[in-house]
Amino acid sequence: MEKFQTLTSTCVPLPIENVDTDQIIPARFLKATTREGFGANLFADWRYDKSGQPISNFVLNNSTYSGQALVAGKNFGSGSSREHAAWALAGYGFKVVVSSFFADIFKGNALNNGVLPVVVSDVFLLELFAAIQVDPTTTITVNLEQQTISNNASGVVETFEINPYKKECLLHGLDDIDYLLSKKDAIEAWEKAH
Amino acid sequence: MTKRTLFDKIWDAHVVTAVPNGPTQLYIDRHYCHEVTSPQAFDGLRKRGLKVFRPEKTTLSPDHNIPTLLQDQPIKDLISKHQVDTLTRNANEFGLTMYGLGHSKNGIIHVIGPENGLTLPGMTIVCGDSHTSTHGAFGSIAFGIGTSEVEMVLASQCILQPRPKTMRITFNGKLKSGVTAKDLALYMISQLTTGGATGYFVEYAGEAIRALSMEERMTVCNLSIEMGARGGMIAPDETTYYYIKRREFAPKDEAWDKALAYWKTLPTDEGAVFDRAIAFDASAIEPMITYGTNPGMGISIHSSIPTLDEIDPAGRISFEKAMTYMGFTPGEKIEGKSIDYVFLGSCTNGRIEDFRVFASFVKGKKKAEHVIAWLVPGSWAVEKQIRAEGLDKILEEAGFALRQPGCSACLAMNDDKVPAGKYAVSTSNRNFEGRQGPGARTLLAGPLVAAAAAITGKITDPKNI
Repeated sequence: MEKFQTLTSTCVPLPIENVDTDQIIPARFLKATTREGFGANLFADWRYDKSGQPISNFVLNNSTYSGQALVAGKNFGSGSSREHAAWALAGYGFKVVVSSFFADIFKGNALNNGVLPVVVSDVFLLELFAAIQVDPTTTITVNLEQQTISNNASGVVETFEINPYKKECLLHGLDDIDYLLSKKDAIEAWEKAH
Repeated sequence: MTKRTLFDKIWDAHVVTAVPNGPTQLYIDRHYCHEVTSPQAFDGLRKRGLKVFRPEKTTLSPDHNIPTLLQDQPIKDLISKHQVDTLTRNANEFGLTMYGLGHSKNGIIHVIGPENGLTLPGMTIVCGDSHTSTHGAFGSIAFGIGTSEVEMVLASQCILQPRPKTMRITFNGKLKSGVTAKDLALYMISQLTTGGATGYFVEYAGEAIRALSMEERMTVCNLSIEMGARGGMIAPDETTYYYIKRREFAPKDEAWDKALAYWKTLPTDEGAVFDRAIAFDASAIEPMITYGTNPGMGISIHSSIPTLDEIDPAGRISFEKAMTYMGFTPGEKIEGKSIDYVFLGSCTNGRIEDFRVFASFVKGKKKAEHVIAWLVPGSWAVEKQIRAEGLDKILEEAGFALRQPGCSACLAMNDDKVPAGKYAVSTSNRNFEGRQGPGARTLLAGPLVAAAAAITGKITDPKNI
């Protein structure tokens, strides 16, 4: 997994609540047997029309907005457990998703793929959407070590929560399997006892 | 002694180690696998040069991509075929049990696990599929995982999980006649919203839950994820034991007695504390249907769609987007609206009881001519039982035909796609935009409301026929 330490980036705003993983990557694109290539179909049904042409008013097709941070409405990533949603976001180039609430399975999948879900307050989120609307070059800075996110337009800084173990994994680019493989003796001992 | 919940007892019994300041390393008793979320996990094993650590604890079945007609012929969609073939290749290479196409045990993984006695009380169960929560109906901790976690389970029979909070949802009183477990679940999700139980593991309790059959309990637990819960569970009781005892892989003889004695220790202790506890009056629940694009957007079939004023200001953009997508006007009645498709099936409502309910309603009636109905058993065992009970004849006489088992139109990865703009009354679990095909408009309901819609061609209260 790629390391994550800090990121300063412009933002792609998606002020819609309850964005489910079927929207992030529709089921018909889940037929691949590798992790690559999902970025091209990120938000496919909002991004392309029936003939495959880009829908101009969707934010990913609007050159005004760009960056490695997606800023989305409350309850992002609900629904299916498909890790393809995290692969699609990472494949497109997003390193951070900012929202006021994330679905559990999505959050875990994102962290396992080097995409950092940053939970901010409702107020911070609304102000960030407003700032991006006024000035699309608005940037945020996310510092994982400090667990801070700043809206660089207003200077407002918030701290965010992350499990200390997952934080270490991201900072150093380690994944859970390395940990589990180092615990084989404990696993065999558990099995003997049960 | 500390009073513990059903969840606490099973979780505590499966802790291998705890990462300092981090998640728990949890031992997994049963791992289910399908073709969509596993290929990258097997690739990961190959790259690391690993074997499957405990192959006997993993069971595979292709279900998402498979056609529901002509399963004896090669899958026409070559990309789907490749994914299904990849599952077979992985099963062979890693020495795993797979119930492939054509096998009498093939079916939706969440249907075949319980019906073969692979799902048991007290187990930890995972699968790369959010509806793994279904298995909680047996009093197990069952939840969906991502592909990286599938790889962890294959490599070590463990995963790392933060301990969720616990919630008890009690349904007091009895369900009215004509109200199904699906209505109960849709009602609950409409009250809690799609994120209302995020971070929690739910235990369902109360008189109305105790009265449910295993099939109905599976419907309720299946939908736990639709309100964001990590999983849902119901304490095992005589209903559970009766269901399991007849199953092929359930413990036998002395092993059964020993298991039963353990299972009886699992129910939540009197006085155990949940992080959150809520209660509903089951007798107040009406037949439900959804009008929007997430499962929390459900109303009683007699109610009107909310007006914009009734929606929280922060949610209005999403609500208006949903109204446009569904072609509905805020404030209008939902009953009487014309529909085009009916889907009976999925891991939510593809079990024998769902077909019994549907068949008993349509018996002696005729399907509305303009309605296209897809009746898809959840497994070959369900299909066999339908025929054994003669339900297929009743359905045929009413103008319906059975298809072959699979996930089918629930997520439309195969050819069973609802065309853009068409309305489908669906017994599945998600009404997200495009879920049943690009532009498809899904109305989630129980098998009885689906049967009524199939007969009248309109959204109809089953009681009124």
